[in-house]
Amino acid sequence: MTDINLLGTNEAGQKLTKELLLNLGPQHPSTHGVLRVMLELDGEEIRGVDTVIGYLHRGTEKLAENFTYTQIIPLTDRLDYLCAPSNNLAYVLAVERLLEIKAPERAQYIRVMMAEMARISGHLLISGALPLDLGAMTTLLYVMREREMIMDLMEMITGARMHTSFCRVGGVREDLPDGFEPRCREFCHVMKQRVDDYERLITENRIFLKRTRDIGKISGEQAIDWGLSGPCLRASGVSWDMRRDNPYEIYDRLSFEVIVRENGDCYDRWKCRMDEMRESVKLIEQCLDQMPQGPVAVAMPDIAFPLNKITVKSSMEAMIHHFEVSAYGFPVPKGEAYVSIEAPKGELGFYIISDGSPKPLRMKVRAPSFVNLQALAVLARGCYLADVIAIIGSLDPVIAEVDK
Amino acid sequence: MANLENRFSNNVFFGSVDSVINWSRSSALWPETFGIACCAIEMISAGCARYDLDRLGVVFRPSPRQSDLMIIAGTVTKKFAPIVRLLYDQMTEPRWVIAMGTCAISGGVYNTYAVVQGSERIVPVDVHVPGCPPRPDALIHGILMLQEKIKKQHVLRRKDPQETGKVSP
Amino acid sequence: MSNQPLLELLQRESIQQRCESVYETFGMLTLTVSKENLLALCRLLKHDSALQFNFLSDICGVDHYPQTPRFETVYHLYSIPFKYRLRIKCRLELDESPPSVVPVWQTANWHEREAYDMYGIVFVGHPDLRRIYMWEGYDGYPMRKDYPLRGYADHYNPFGEARSQGAEGA
Ligand code: SF4
Repeated sequence: MTDINLLGTNEAGQKLTKELLLNLGPQHPSTHGVLRVMLELDGEEIRGVDTVIGYLHRGTEKLAENFTYTQIIPLTDRLDYLCAPSNNLAYVLAVERLLEIKAPERAQYIRVMMAEMARISGHLLISGALPLDLGAMTTLLYVMREREMIMDLMEMITGARMHTSFCRVGGVREDLPDGFEPRCREFCHVMKQRVDDYERLITENRIFLKRTRDIGKISGEQAIDWGLSGPCLRASGVSWDMRRDNPYEIYDRLSFEVIVRENGDCYDRWKCRMDEMRESVKLIEQCLDQMPQGPVAVAMPDIAFPLNKITVKSSMEAMIHHFEVSAYGFPVPKGEAYVSIEAPKGELGFYIISDGSPKPLRMKVRAPSFVNLQALAVLARGCYLADVIAIIGSLDPVIAEVDK
Repeated sequence: MANLENRFSNNVFFGSVDSVINWSRSSALWPETFGIACCAIEMISAGCARYDLDRLGVVFRPSPRQSDLMIIAGTVTKKFAPIVRLLYDQMTEPRWVIAMGTCAISGGVYNTYAVVQGSERIVPVDVHVPGCPPRPDALIHGILMLQEKIKKQHVLRRKDPQETGKVSP
Repeated sequence: MSNQPLLELLQRESIQQRCESVYETFGMLTLTVSKENLLALCRLLKHDSALQFNFLSDICGVDHYPQTPRFETVYHLYSIPFKYRLRIKCRLELDESPPSVVPVWQTANWHEREAYDMYGIVFVGHPDLRRIYMWEGYDGYPMRKDYPLRGYADHYNPFGEARSQGAEGA
């Protein structure tokens, strides 16, 4: 019988096979959007990866240079569309740093709570999509059920399901609606059990384990070098979470655990997100417990829209002022600020340069997905073709954020 | 189906060929699994448990060759436009297109150097579903509208060609 | 977090002689550096045992049109062990090329490609400097201040500006 390793070689032991260039995407159900990957294959093994992005480049940054500071908030929603409140938060924090103001306490709690809800919704989708890519469809249907609960809560607060645009410079748009707290607590209660359910469905599934364990491994040092952040970095054993290490808003008053895992493979990245969802539920509950009463926006009429619209509708001057603030925006002092937060995907930073006018001179988004996706080239090298799908899924790129 | 068995065996139904063909076409619209941006997430929501597109006969197919409906769910950029066109050309006739979301309809807020101002410029669109993103209910409404439209088509004596010639190669 | 400890570390001789100025704006220390010293300074900041800026957050190109020098590259560094943040700025003329920092941090690769794509800043020593967002053969650098927001009018976007020298674009 011929030795299987000798097939495809000639007598001298030279290879007779040629390398194959395979194109994956940009329209492929498993690339999570319009991502295109060119794979150099030797048999089933991957020799080289060229990631082609830009199919969703919409010019957000250029557009931001032509918008006022308030108008940019909806643009940030559309970056990482799974977790819009986190993006809003990062952006308004950067503008607030330039204005040197701080939102009232209640507003901070609301922002943090919404950001954590967004984290759950983002992690939920990927924890359903990754098994789906590997052939287990059930989980997706379950996670979408819980995601609808979050969407309902978001709709209750903001009126929108996905693109909430709820944060404003100097606060949030309005207070929480009546009857929100009991529904939110009910959600937290349900969610805790549901995460266990998903784990039972997937974590011990032998096929899932085989396809994710020890696939796409990266060491902590390498992960830092490639700029990975968020769950992708923590899965490689680096304990870095900006909520704990450089606390913003009121995170220093909340207690939570930073999930760190050791292996740095697809499974660990997935498991990291699972455990983070549990922590997020705890954070939401703490926010609800600690939330003080009080105003939800700074009392600076030049910046924040008045919450009480009655004066606007009854007095001429107030009306003109309101119109001016909404149409022309407010000037922001000259300077530059970089603020980053721990978004669900990793370090989300906004770098804003202001020239003292109501529009920024430059707004740069440090998009975590963009940087994380770059590591696909190292992660996939030497793996098999089918593993690429698992690796892309475990990196959790959102293409709108990658391409901006 | 059990209680329907053998009930109609001796009956004859009268109807036009059009209505039979249109009925079958409209009740099995198979869209491509083809999401571009944020709107795709709402499309997935519409396909999942709560909104359940399957009950309308809408089942997502991974390949354009198996599908007859294209839901353009997201921003079509200039770099991606040729691919949208290619996917459309790969679909077999009869085929329909739904433009979902303001981005797909008109470019929306993204009137920039990189974005196509409306997918009408690339492919002929049958139904526009406005919203940013449209709720899943809105998408379902759009699909129902498309079904109405299909039911009004004349299959055997088509008057106007489907390709309106708006599109450049 | 106060920046005082970091400031003291940055005032050492080896760093001072490589950078032009150190100042603090809106809570973050900023170093300005000339392009000749950039690579050496980055190496130093990464490998110095008291600083260990091992994480490159971001590289950002800026266009200060019509000022000169026109361009600027901004690097945001983070030190995971010590939790410091630092910004490095390097001003460039229109035709000047900064060195690539890919030899120091691998992650700079795509960031620099982005800056090249958007501003046309050429990084010397970059292993693979291609366009990243726009396609090969795209004309112009869209984020430059003198590039119109809507681009130039073509079949896909008729709202763009007309090109001055005839030639229908893209
Ligand atoms: S219409 Fe809105 S939700 Fe839909 S793709 Fe465009 S920006 Fe996203």
